[in-house]
Amino acid sequence: MPQITYREALNQAIDEEMARDERVFLIGEEVALYNGAYKVSRGLCDKYGERRVIDTPISEGGFTGIGIGAAMAGLRPIVEWMTFNFSIQALDQVINNAAKMRYMSGGQFHLPIVFRGPNGPAEWLSAQHSQTLAAIYAHVPGLKVISAATPYDAKGLLKSAIRDDNPVVMMEAELLYGMKGDVPGDEYLIPIGRADIKRPGGDVTLITFGKVLHIVLKAAEALAEDAIEAEVIDLRSLRPLDEDAVIQSVSKTSRCVVIDESWPVASAGSYVAHLVSTKCFDLLDAQVELVAAEDVPMPYNHQLELAAQPSVEKILAAVEKVMYLD
Amino acid sequence: MAEKVLMLALSPTMEEGVIVKWIKSEGDSVEQGDVLCEIETDKATMEYESPAEGTLLRIIAKEGQAVRVGRDIAIIGQAAEDISELAKETPAPVEKPPVEKARPVRKEPQISAPTAEGRLRSSPLARKLAKERGIDLSTVQGSGPQGRITRSDVEKAGTVAAAPPKVAGLTDETVPVTQKRKVIADTLSKSKFTAPHYYLRVTAAVDNLMQARTRLNDKIGQKVSVNAFLMKFVAEILKRHHMINATWQEDSIVMHGTADIALAVAQPDGLIAPVVRNCNAKGVLQIDRELKALIEKTRKGALTRADYADSTFTISSLGTFGIEEFTAIINPPDSAILAVGGIMKMPVAGDDDRICIGRCMKLTLSCDHRIIDGTVGAAFLRDLKEMIEYPVHELY
Amino acid sequence: MDGYEPEFLKRLLEQMVLIRRFEEKAAQMYGLRKIGGFCHIYIGQEAVSTGSIAAIDLKKDYALTAYRDHGHAISVGMAPKIIMAELFGKITGCSRGKGGSMHLFDVDRHFYGGHGIVGAHIPLATGVALKVKYNNEDGVVLCFFGDGAVHQGAFHESLNMAGVWKLPVVYICENNQYGMGTDFRRVSAVHDLSSLSTSYNMPGKQVDGMDVLAVYENVTEAVKLARNESQPSLLEIRTYRYMGHSMSDPATYRTKEELQKHKQQDPILILKGKMTATGAITDEQYKQMDQQCKQTVAEAVEFAEASRVPAIETLYEDVFK
Repeated sequence: MPQITYREALNQAIDEEMARDERVFLIGEEVALYNGAYKVSRGLCDKYGERRVIDTPISEGGFTGIGIGAAMAGLRPIVEWMTFNFSIQALDQVINNAAKMRYMSGGQFHLPIVFRGPNGPAEWLSAQHSQTLAAIYAHVPGLKVISAATPYDAKGLLKSAIRDDNPVVMMEAELLYGMKGDVPGDEYLIPIGRADIKRPGGDVTLITFGKVLHIVLKAAEALAEDAIEAEVIDLRSLRPLDEDAVIQSVSKTSRCVVIDESWPVASAGSYVAHLVSTKCFDLLDAQVELVAAEDVPMPYNHQLELAAQPSVEKILAAVEKVMYLD
Repeated sequence: MAEKVLMLALSPTMEEGVIVKWIKSEGDSVEQGDVLCEIETDKATMEYESPAEGTLLRIIAKEGQAVRVGRDIAIIGQAAEDISELAKETPAPVEKPPVEKARPVRKEPQISAPTAEGRLRSSPLARKLAKERGIDLSTVQGSGPQGRITRSDVEKAGTVAAAPPKVAGLTDETVPVTQKRKVIADTLSKSKFTAPHYYLRVTAAVDNLMQARTRLNDKIGQKVSVNAFLMKFVAEILKRHHMINATWQEDSIVMHGTADIALAVAQPDGLIAPVVRNCNAKGVLQIDRELKALIEKTRKGALTRADYADSTFTISSLGTFGIEEFTAIINPPDSAILAVGGIMKMPVAGDDDRICIGRCMKLTLSCDHRIIDGTVGAAFLRDLKEMIEYPVHELY
Repeated sequence: MDGYEPEFLKRLLEQMVLIRRFEEKAAQMYGLRKIGGFCHIYIGQEAVSTGSIAAIDLKKDYALTAYRDHGHAISVGMAPKIIMAELFGKITGCSRGKGGSMHLFDVDRHFYGGHGIVGAHIPLATGVALKVKYNNEDGVVLCFFGDGAVHQGAFHESLNMAGVWKLPVVYICENNQYGMGTDFRRVSAVHDLSSLSTSYNMPGKQVDGMDVLAVYENVTEAVKLARNESQPSLLEIRTYRYMGHSMSDPATYRTKEELQKHKQQDPILILKGKMTATGAITDEQYKQMDQQCKQTVAEAVEFAEASRVPAIETLYEDVFK
């Protein structure tokens, strides 16, 4: 199977869907001539021209809303946010317009639109450029919210998102763009709303999504050395959430740690922890632990910013708690 | 003043660069921003611009050489400047400045979960298991944080007969009422306070019974319990005294078609009485087998409701404690309970009226007068005594 | 040139040279991974912060800018070592190592940042101006931003309110021709950005940003208007950045020839040329000045290098007062 980078996988997904459907177009800052701030759209402007790969001014509220209007009228836009930090500028458009249009028009309109870009911390970017905003979007009914942690998932999920007739927010990660992984040459789709077991195990369930999956997998490897088999569930989709996958795993293990690189208060991770606590109450042998970012804005200094994020050590400590090993 | 030119990271991921070609040569004068050389990074070949103006005094990294980021590649200064000091190899830059040990801080609020006096900590799974197995969690030692009882604690408690917690001396203490204790309290008070109890007492000679038991034990090579014999005898006698095997239901009396006889078994967390069903249709050996299985299950805390509910008659024995005789409270929905004292050697009048030593057992029957009149109870007890003393008479 | 004290001119020149040397060193330190993340270099634009901030009195006036803020920090008088330490992420930095390159602040010098989101600080500057008017003070606010920021709603909303309420603020658009990798002409409906002022009933003017004296004079005029008549205005100061948008931008969207052409209009060379022509400075004096700036910057690096990183415990500090 060919090994390609995460950014190439996204590029292939957009390319294939643009070739397949004339209504699909890409709009955002630096997506055309600059080939994308993170080079996800490399070559697409050359191939499809500036009609379908559209550079915008730095006007997130404007071009996001323009995408929503175009979707109401039948086009299928892919809106690229340079980072999710800047998507906050466009939050009104997403929450008040995209998420509500179908509902408040009594189903007259549907919104086949994808909002995508890197979410979560990279390195040395300080407070305004290093935020995980999953909870903000996952909070809103009317949106589908997905997150890919591997090149394979990135391509399959983005293709499904583009074909979806609802607004889909796709969270990528700056530090994942260069990551390589197997991606089949043949076309495939990954259904939205289906979690994936990234590592099977019977002793403890580790639930996560997005970039931090790779840290969770490292923690699972460390646990295996101590003969603790962790089952790692990659949610892949926060909305809709694959409750069955979660319940099934916790039924097996009776122990659960949720890992979310967002802040801990009112996060998607804390919601999942709540879900486990209610749906699996009688099956739990320990409290559900949440490993999250520290409850502070992201500091610039590298040691501090690493300390502010989930780490293998923090995950191991949480697993020890739920397994009564501490 | 001469200065060193260092290899820079020309891409975010570059660790080292290879000098592809020097554009300037030693001795050339350079302006700030002039291209000094070409460097191949992990991504592409980039031009390296001079950070200083002056003369390229020395080229340190040759073409084709790989140089780590931060190491010297050249020296630029004024022509004829002495650079012997500067030209000495400098140590590789320290990658990370010393820091206080980077340990994840966890500023968890130090609020302990409710620790109200008497609150029992246990995981939901432990509670579920304990309930299924009839284990009283208050008797289980928790190994989790702040004594939380976990699945493994319950499983252990089920296999080892839980020893009562060790207490060093007496202490003033209020312990919570467990669910099981509450059930016992409710059931027995209701029984004692609603069912008018009266008591009948006999002493039965058990020499014949013990001889028969010894022979049986020898024959089959294992010990059959006295309780199994008693259950069998009671079942046989109940056939003749239906009113003893009955349940009071205010406007009706249910007489049961089977003799489902319970045996009270003490447990550290409270009494429980598993039931051997249909004793009337079973032999002593089968009753014994079932009884042993039930007792084993009781010890493991694995009894289910089906194992202990809905008896028709109960036997309680405190003989192992040396109790000679006692009265018992009727175990609803039964109407009578037989309290069995220990087997004692005592002087008895033999057939020839000579005093001899015989083995005896005192039996006390508690009866619910709502159903069982005195004569009915007495007849039952008389027949039971007869059967215990002369088991063989039953064949007549 | 007439009417300027030689000392004043020397001060402007020295400040621009200091910024230049500081930025060169910062870029080098970035290459050595002493500095990380997004690092936006000010080389080429030195005349804008230098000339503008020379026109205000920071005892009563204020300045705010976006993330390309090293030059402004030096212009308001922050010590290079404190800035460099911040870039290094050290506890001795102005923001205790928590802000980094994009978030320089100095409350005492009335430098209110150092902001990372394009256009989002324009309302903040306007709010500071509201405070000045509210308290009936004598101050003026300089609000710097790039050519990319004028397409954000926050820009237009702010200018409108400042226009309606007559707030003492000077909006300074540093048009360095590229919003990241995009030529501003490709994304702006008008190419004279100063004309945007007409929608908000305030004066607008284009200024040559490579000539520090032109910057100084025009900002002085605008400040006078703001201070005396509480009249906001918009200046589009045309400038050019020599390096990429940030350290990770190779700037392949423009030609070498274009860059070389602009370097001929170097703000330091222009002022130095004028000064040597009038005898305000000699070549030797300039070399000495340059050497002094290099020395200052080298000391800044030494200071930053020797400083401690913030202790892990500081993570939870300064979240709330």
